[in-house]
Amino acid sequence: MMKQWKLFLAFFRVGMLGYGGGPSSIPLIHTEVVDKYKWLSKDDFSDVLAIGNALPGPIGTKLAGYVGWRIGGIFGMLNAIIATTLPTVILLLLLLTTLNHFIGIGWVQGMSKAVVPVVGVMLTMLTWEFIQKSRESLGLKTTGILLVVGFVLLYIFNIHPAILIGCLIGYSFISRSKKEQKKKVKAS
Amino acid sequence: MIYWQIFLAFFLPGILGYGGGPASIPLIENEVVDKYGWLTSIEFSNVLALGNALPGPIATKMAGYIGYAEGGVFGAFVGLFATIAPSLILMIALLSILMKHKNSPKVKKMTTIVRPIIAILLGIMTFDFFNNSYSGIGITQTIIISIFALLFLEKWKIHPAYVIGGALVYGAVFLA
Repeated sequence: MMKQWKLFLAFFRVGMLGYGGGPSSIPLIHTEVVDKYKWLSKDDFSDVLAIGNALPGPIGTKLAGYVGWRIGGIFGMLNAIIATTLPTVILLLLLLTTLNHFIGIGWVQGMSKAVVPVVGVMLTMLTWEFIQKSRESLGLKTTGILLVVGFVLLYIFNIHPAILIGCLIGYSFISRSKKEQKKKVKAS
Repeated sequence: MIYWQIFLAFFLPGILGYGGGPASIPLIENEVVDKYGWLTSIEFSNVLALGNALPGPIATKMAGYIGYAEGGVFGAFVGLFATIAPSLILMIALLSILMKHKNSPKVKKMTTIVRPIIAILLGIMTFDFFNNSYSGIGITQTIIISIFALLFLEKWKIHPAYVIGGALVYGAVFLA
């Protein structure tokens, strides 16, 4: 029960603090799930994010639903999704049905604008962490090459991220590891 | 019938939109405005503008509101379900297989080579956020807020909730 309450709190905060849609809540989810509650390791989070990006649909709820499911089963999944989406849906409904001129109020717009650079900083930190982790596991050279090649493919040639991630996943399952290759040579 | 239409209107953007909720907004508009005519395009952009001023994922906010407007509370539920469920089920299925073979060298290899690509995606998103901020509040405010955010988050290790709270207050007072 305590776990479900924590799940609710974690994703309620994510939902209420993520300005700029689901993608802006990725660093917030990382803070709650990896740093604060330690439900997922950094490696697991990275895998989850990779699969999430390779699949269609909103990313915030995919992450919330998966983490909820992993920590608290079906009920945890529903709990995390409700905590992420429902409060802001209700807020939007209330504002649209009662305060139609809310949008014109200057300070409301000022508020959401001021959060954008904060999210930018949080995303920078998370990006940096991913680069550091890559450097630890792949080494500086391979990381550098993958970063440059990936950037060119995604940004210059506009290859769809889902295709690139799909190809890399396929590659790591089809290609034999060095150990296996050696075994093959010996056997033949 | 209306519930089936609501389901379809949000199921398709959910299953076709890559890149998270914001990427699926034009697809939602296509269904809701062009195909079913539930909202005019001006109404749609008003709802979107208000939705963007509020926190939380955007696709579900749109689905919840439009579902409610067309089919009441159950309509809102159908809209949310159609947006979230299909991709979430796929995600849980794929990750369950992956986590079962967590210690296989192939899965480990996948984790390591996909990571730089995620870094690029996050990096591009980072750039978009700063770029939005630059066009919204200008270079000076963007730099001031960014420096303070960096100090609070990285140096003093303040929980993001408080930093975002602080930014909200700052925005309400100085950026109004």
